[in-house]
Amino acid sequence: MRRFLPSSTCHSFVCQGILMSESQATVSNVVIGDLDRTPLYELHCSLGARIVSFAGYAMPVQYPLGIISEHLHTRARAGLFDVSHMGQAMLAGPHAVRRLERLIPGDIAALAPGQMRYTQLLDADGHILDDLMVTRLNDEGGCERLFLVVNAATKAEDFAHLAAELPDCKLAVLHDRGLLALQGPRAAEVLHRHLSSAAAGSIAAMPFMSAKSLEWQGNALAISRSGYTGEDGFEISIPATAALTFARALLTDPEVRPIGLGARDSLRLEAGLCLYGHDIDRTTGPVEAGLLWSISKRRREEGGFFGYAQVKRAIDQGPKRRRVGFLLEGKAPAREGSDIVSCDGEIIGRLTSGGFAPSLGRPVAMGYAGAAYSVLGTQVSLIARGKPLTAKIVPMPFVPHQYFRGI
Amino acid sequence: MSTTRYTKSHEYIRAEGDTGIIGITDFAQAQLGDVVFVELPSIGKTLSKGSEAATVESVKAAAEVNAPVSGEVVEINSALADSPGLVNEDPSGKGWFLKIKLTDPAELDSLMDETAYREFVEELS
Repeated sequence: MRRFLPSSTCHSFVCQGILMSESQATVSNVVIGDLDRTPLYELHCSLGARIVSFAGYAMPVQYPLGIISEHLHTRARAGLFDVSHMGQAMLAGPHAVRRLERLIPGDIAALAPGQMRYTQLLDADGHILDDLMVTRLNDEGGCERLFLVVNAATKAEDFAHLAAELPDCKLAVLHDRGLLALQGPRAAEVLHRHLSSAAAGSIAAMPFMSAKSLEWQGNALAISRSGYTGEDGFEISIPATAALTFARALLTDPEVRPIGLGARDSLRLEAGLCLYGHDIDRTTGPVEAGLLWSISKRRREEGGFFGYAQVKRAIDQGPKRRRVGFLLEGKAPAREGSDIVSCDGEIIGRLTSGGFAPSLGRPVAMGYAGAAYSVLGTQVSLIARGKPLTAKIVPMPFVPHQYFRGI
Repeated sequence: MSTTRYTKSHEYIRAEGDTGIIGITDFAQAQLGDVVFVELPSIGKTLSKGSEAATVESVKAAAEVNAPVSGEVVEINSALADSPGLVNEDPSGKGWFLKIKLTDPAELDSLMDETAYREFVEELS
């Protein structure tokens, strides 16, 4: 048996997850030993995880439960994800909000303390350097403070970019904190059980995209109601020294199972969410990527951010291509890199993500198609291993979001 | 009486007389993870030793299944179309892929027996 994922897919974590020949296994074992580890690395190993290389970290791609069961468990109950490889930082300065807005199209000035936004770091051409979460914290000592969470693979470049472009702000990278995600319909009740009653009361009412600071056994937690699965859930920033104890406590809960990167990927794909380095990167802009919802009316009109001219042009004239979702007719999956072919045989784009959707029991994909073709209901062929697979363009998310908008 | 032989790429062939049943080993299915699709050859197709016999897709990966020996496809496991998970649940039983008529049963001698394959897998893990 030989693995033959297209080379473009081999940049993802999948490749090192399957060790099909002796030489690959040896190479991979050496690599794993050289990788960075999160505070939960030993826990993953003790839980029987398969460890792979992802963004320079040794991360669990799946546990013995398997990707499909982990995925379905998260949709039905609650899944615990280690996302400590992601970059966390505090940006502070007298005008940190306006300064950061020069680098991103997101409306940070509109955030009250405790509110957060999804946005993108753009370059001067309006291309996406990374996507990130920005949380407004309370001002302190005359400084506006923002908590940032960025992707693992890009964090060094992101932080260098922020430091260079925002010289009058203080950027503190939080190397000493872990990040856990608890996702799923039971996430809120689980968190409620494991926090002190005073803290727990305030968790239940938190709406999606809000954040709170809480204490757990003397440790300062920063909890946000957010995630990357389409489910209700939380992300919890915690001192690295306490991350293992907290994770173990959550895992004692009968509702909670540990979930690896494999199911994290299939969950976000079903939710229609972009994976940086695949669905968005330095060649794509926020409008064609379908992220215009993350740019407020004020920012669309006022601009004042890197790449505004390009973003404005894409808004006014419409993008040349658009990120769209595909539902495949058969059971064979089409993966990243597959050509998208129109019914008259023309290549109209390429897939950026694709795979089996466990909640639907069938394959789905997303990719960029020329604007003329990116119309819902359009039938196309996706070329997987030289063979055309019939698919049609459908709305995303593929599985409805279940975010908690408040009582 | 049947004899089972293994390849270094983790296919097995269970041969009896001049026919053999081909599948992937327990080690291979565990490495692939949840199998969601199997593409099988058409009956009557001639396979040469080492050529692509089938493809198997798990949630995260695709892999090629090669013919351990040469032969003609005489039967395929049509149950895999609706239940690809059989490859994970019972790789050496209900999760078989295809049956071939061997061109040259002597080709089996170049493959590993169960003891040799077990040692081979132990070295990998």
